[in-house]
Amino acid sequence: MANKIRVATTSLAGCFGCHMSFLDIDERMLQLAEVVEFDRSPITDIEHCTNCDIGLIEGGVCNSENVHVLREFRNNCKILVAVGACAINGGLPAMRNHIPLEECLNEAYLDGIGVENPKIPSDIELPLLLDQVHPIHEIVKIDYYLPGCPPSADVFWKFLTDLIEGREPSLPYELVHYD
Amino acid sequence: MSKTITIDGKTIPFEDGQTIMDAAMAAGVYIPHLCHQPEFTPHGSCKLCTVKVNGRNCSACTYPAMDGQDVLNETEELIEDRKRITQMLFVEGNHFCPSCEKTGNCQLQAVAYHLNMLDNHFPLFYPDREVDASHPEVMIDHNRCIFCTLCVRASHEKDGKDVFAISGRGIHKHLIVNAESGLLKDTDVAATDHAAHICPTGAILIKRTGYQVPIGQRIYDHQQIDQVSLATEHPKHGE
Repeated sequence: MANKIRVATTSLAGCFGCHMSFLDIDERMLQLAEVVEFDRSPITDIEHCTNCDIGLIEGGVCNSENVHVLREFRNNCKILVAVGACAINGGLPAMRNHIPLEECLNEAYLDGIGVENPKIPSDIELPLLLDQVHPIHEIVKIDYYLPGCPPSADVFWKFLTDLIEGREPSLPYELVHYD
Repeated sequence: MSKTITIDGKTIPFEDGQTIMDAAMAAGVYIPHLCHQPEFTPHGSCKLCTVKVNGRNCSACTYPAMDGQDVLNETEELIEDRKRITQMLFVEGNHFCPSCEKTGNCQLQAVAYHLNMLDNHFPLFYPDREVDASHPEVMIDHNRCIFCTLCVRASHEKDGKDVFAISGRGIHKHLIVNAESGLLKDTDVAATDHAAHICPTGAILIKRTGYQVPIGQRIYDHQQIDQVSLATEHPKHGE
């Protein structure tokens, strides 16, 4: 089918829990696949976004690569969606915002219990960490937000079917949870 | 003839001495609020109960009802204002619901749900705040304090203890406890105190009780705060 709605997804500083929850739409995925085609996403392994209708972003921004990916999505997606607590407020990774980055690295790679060959990774291929984790609306314009940790499968379904069927997306009380 | 005000066009009777909030609640009309509890002296600090009285914004919890007042409550503009206020409360502290044991029972969260708040709108502050877990039964997580002063008022007016107070101004405002060490363990707070149970967020918690009710089965998981508030804070409407 031509003119399928193109959807891209990614997880930045997230745990892929939102993606797992999205997959919980179960057999409804088949219905979705009739009208939707996935672009860049862990589901397809496509490495870079092309022009898309909808971009779903899980996770906040914790390193330079996250910033690049987020901007690539913004440049290529007509509608960009913050999915889940971490994309919306930084979530669990943002708990490091109260600890200096050096202390975090020391604890993880030098002084932590059970660390072998203590050395802070410095390979040039590794993206540099930001001093703080940020929600994605601080970096690019976000069009819609799906709260939850993770948002339930029904949240994804309600949101996507609203958009696909040409309605302004809305979440009723039962579907709005921050936990 | 009894005196009346109108709220969103509905005629509401009141008695002298009642605030707009008192009259509204007695009539079963919900006005969102966090720092207000009918049993304590109104404080008017959270501004969520902002209503338009004869064209001017006022806090319903402190503003006296007067005959003939035209009050607007559920207008699009006021709902948007309240959403922005709630977003400011969220970004000013560290409110991470998935890791808070109050989630589902939290009034701050419930008001946000009620207003269909889906995002924070503002940049987050991520302020550095402490946790005081020194007391064997009661703890304070300052990350979640919204300075509503309900604990201050409850401790003073109901427990007769003055365990809590607010110190500092503006962005430096913070909750303090009545002990030279600054620690809760050195105060005379008890888990049975009214003040230990009044917090609308997860800032003051009773230890070892947080997960007795599973997430998903908590107060606001299935009920909106307007219904809960009218039923519990003004019981005659919950019967």
